[in-house]
Amino acid sequence: MKFKSLMLAAGLAAAGSLALADGHAGKVKVGMITTLSGGGAGLGIDVRDGFMLAAKMAGNDNLEVVIEDDQRKPEIAVQLADKMIQSEKVDVMTGIIWSNLAMAVVPAATAQGKFYLSPNAGPSALAGKGCHPLYFNVAWQNDNLHEAAGAYANDAGYKNTFILAPNYPAGQDALTGYKRMYGGALAGEIYTKLGQTDYAAEIAQIRASGADSVFFFLPGGMGISFLKQYAGSGVDLPVVGPAFSFDQGILQAVGEAALGVKNTSQWNKDIDNAANKAFVEAFQAEYGRLPSLYASQGYDTANLLLSAMAKADVSDADAFRAALAAAEFDSVRGDFAFGSNQHPVQDFYVREVIKEGDVFTNKIIGASLTDHGDAYAADCSY
Amino acid sequence: MSRAGLINLALFAMLPLTAGAALMLDEPFIITLATKVAILALAGVGLNIALGLGGLVSLGHAAFFGIGGYAMGILASHAQSFTPLMQAPFLIEGTKSMPVIWLVAVIAGALAALAIGALSLRTTGVYFIMITLAFGQMLYYFAISWPAYGGEDGLSIWVRNGFPGLNTLDPIQFFAIAFVLLALALWGAGRLAASPFGLALQAARQNAERVETVGLSPYRLRLVAFVISGAVTALAGALFADLNRFVSPTMLSWQMSGEIMIFIILGGVGRLYGPVAGAALFILLEHVLGGLSDFWHVYLGLLLLLVVLFARGGLIGALAGREVAHD
Amino acid sequence: MSVILLIEQVLNGLQSGVMLFLMAAGLTLIFGVMGLINLAHGSLYMVGAFAAAAVAGATGSFVLALIASLVAAAAAGAVVELTVIRRLYDRDHLDQVLATFALILIFSEGTRWLFGSFPLFLDIPDALAGPVMLPGGIQYPLYRLVIIGVGLLVAIGLFQLIARTRIGIRIRAGESDREMIAALGVDISKLYTIVFALGAALAGLAGALVGAIQSVQVGMGEPVLILAFVVIVIGGIGSIKGALVGALLVGLTDTLGGVLLPGFFATFMEASAATALGSSLASMSIYILMAGVLIFRPTGLYGSR
Repeated sequence: MKFKSLMLAAGLAAAGSLALADGHAGKVKVGMITTLSGGGAGLGIDVRDGFMLAAKMAGNDNLEVVIEDDQRKPEIAVQLADKMIQSEKVDVMTGIIWSNLAMAVVPAATAQGKFYLSPNAGPSALAGKGCHPLYFNVAWQNDNLHEAAGAYANDAGYKNTFILAPNYPAGQDALTGYKRMYGGALAGEIYTKLGQTDYAAEIAQIRASGADSVFFFLPGGMGISFLKQYAGSGVDLPVVGPAFSFDQGILQAVGEAALGVKNTSQWNKDIDNAANKAFVEAFQAEYGRLPSLYASQGYDTANLLLSAMAKADVSDADAFRAALAAAEFDSVRGDFAFGSNQHPVQDFYVREVIKEGDVFTNKIIGASLTDHGDAYAADCSY
Repeated sequence: MSRAGLINLALFAMLPLTAGAALMLDEPFIITLATKVAILALAGVGLNIALGLGGLVSLGHAAFFGIGGYAMGILASHAQSFTPLMQAPFLIEGTKSMPVIWLVAVIAGALAALAIGALSLRTTGVYFIMITLAFGQMLYYFAISWPAYGGEDGLSIWVRNGFPGLNTLDPIQFFAIAFVLLALALWGAGRLAASPFGLALQAARQNAERVETVGLSPYRLRLVAFVISGAVTALAGALFADLNRFVSPTMLSWQMSGEIMIFIILGGVGRLYGPVAGAALFILLEHVLGGLSDFWHVYLGLLLLLVVLFARGGLIGALAGREVAHD
Repeated sequence: MSVILLIEQVLNGLQSGVMLFLMAAGLTLIFGVMGLINLAHGSLYMVGAFAAAAVAGATGSFVLALIASLVAAAAAGAVVELTVIRRLYDRDHLDQVLATFALILIFSEGTRWLFGSFPLFLDIPDALAGPVMLPGGIQYPLYRLVIIGVGLLVAIGLFQLIARTRIGIRIRAGESDREMIAALGVDISKLYTIVFALGAALAGLAGALVGAIQSVQVGMGEPVLILAFVVIVIGGIGSIKGALVGALLVGLTDTLGGVLLPGFFATFMEASAATALGSSLASMSIYILMAGVLIFRPTGLYGSR
């Protein structure tokens, strides 16, 4: 927790200068609530590291960050949000990884006049009717990566896909997203138990279904289990999935079983632009590992915030909001803009899992969707 | 007054004093923490009726905590979206009124405890622990896969529910509500322990055969205790959901059951005020240790281990010295 | 549903059943002999998986990895028994629950401290990779067949150990009368350590075997632990035979319920609603099974107490 003590010191220093300067002209205090312990801590650590890297590279003294661990528990996240708002008096909040935590925190935070920049979760409720002028999503709407997978399945000529996801809201959204773009028939559709670790039964059904391809959304350990068991089953239908199951953090645990699998993402470390090159190099130099999707999202979130700070003062909410909405920063993804509901309009790529030396990683093999927004923007009005 | 009595009084006064000081210092988050302590202590008082008096080690009390939470979430979400809960055979509307929600939570918790208890109490000892755990898990998985009320995402309630004559959004007023309920529950639990029913229950814990020979059914005594216990814990669940303005299956998870039990142990088993001390210590640790290390659970685990192994009286026991608890 | 698919699912149920047995056998043995309820048993499962992953990563040998899982889990079990558990035998179940709950916290976060937050890699050996053809044209992963075989061998070995060997006699004696065998001059504390380490080793082996086809991560033990509880409650606490029967019942119910229930509801309901209702019920099915068994036999199928 070295960050926190560091930030605390910065906070005390800031409090001192605050009294002198009256008000915080140009200063922005960010409250980051993310998952740093327990299962799924890898994602939160990546978002935090990406964010703090951007902050460090910018060297902007006006940016102050308070970081707290939500332990992936919604109640804790809500209480931390209360603390950030009531005690720390932050201006901007960010950091939440999981949709259910975001749903618990974001509506209350924006209702109390705080900006919220989402570095990962993008539940449909916040993109459509529940959108809010102070809520910005810097990652994707939850359906996006699955839509991209559906579009890729069309391009690849799949006609009869077997689809599966865990039985919880994000899983249902995933299959909905896939079906929104996919034009072929379905060989089968299953919802698995959340946290399930054995997929033998599902794989047997896939084998018996006569499918020509498989789409799955199984985040975290579930995806690792599925891929290993799938590889050992002798079923050799092509597999497509969103980037979450093929991320830098977990790919090493999947190993050979993931080689050659196609997955869809809005980012990869080989996207060819200056911002991305600088990010990948700096991240490796700072932390000694390859950056992940989540790290790139944390990095972009910080840079978006920094770009708005350069243009407006956070105390002028309208101006600051306009500055955020303009999204004038160098995204590691290349082109990046916000749609009418302040969710990204961006390109999605198809990646393939490869082995570079001893390390499993991804390489982009083509485009899936370009300048793609989300299906809920029309329902959003401020 | 005995030393333990003084400690109890100090513990009891500690919460409003903390909240009052926080109000003066304009630290609303401290008030929120004090409210959390009061609510979790209430859940502990509920479990303690089964565990302390009845000797029923239930590792599934999160089920009742969560049922209370969902009673609040379901009623308030219907009121929030102006859709009736059911239309046939008669109309039931959602509500944002705390007293109504509490009533529903208590009844729902009691009914669930009746069903779970009727089955589980056929067994004793380690079977009972595992069965209550498994029933808790059953509800947990049901809540996750049941899409109508948000599944794993849970339910967000935009605005805290109302209590006639109070502004519940003001942290100190909501604290007052939670604290008064805790005080009532402590008073009730104290009376219960001293009542003929409570005495018979404690006798059944110590020697079931003897109770049976005087014509009382230990099964019935325990079932009644389990139902009261479930109802109180459900009330705490409804308050906890209102504190967070949010309810999710996490409230039903078995770690939650473990935490409620930890409050009792940290404070001191068999002590009426044990859960208050335990919940306060737990929240304090969570915030102090959580700030020191990402791996604070290791320290929490070590501390818990030390308390269980070497300080069996818990916090109150340590403060009160060698004085024996009330059983 | 075709017969082939059904047979395949039954095999899957068996495979998850025998793995559950390895977990449940240790739990039930420890309870039967020492009267101890051990929530941290799932942590020993995790220790086995992590030890196997670490050794496999360093040496590349799956056999060494399995040995490492046995040794590491047994060692962890023995250390825990010597430092903590033996102080709990005379305590009530409440203290045992709390102390072993504390051990879970320490093990989980301690493992994360040592190995980081990301899952580890552990793969099945090449020799066991891929499917085999069973009679009747069923294609089935070889590794899972091996797991079923290993599980059954361990079960037989355990029955032999308890029925035939000197230590087995002591274990059985310990189950029926603790004071008596201590009075007969058996070093009871050594026996307890051995039994605890044996149970831990079985859990560690299960962790390593399953870890190769699942994800080796912190917290992997708790869902299995709860299933193992259900198993021993159904089978009767303290009974190895009950653990075997209970484990196979739970494994089959869990697997077949997930496959058959959605299909059953689909015969008279709209497809997506049937899937939702079917999978909700399937995830509760083993608990319903447990409640059903307890209504008729409150001490489980083979329980005596």
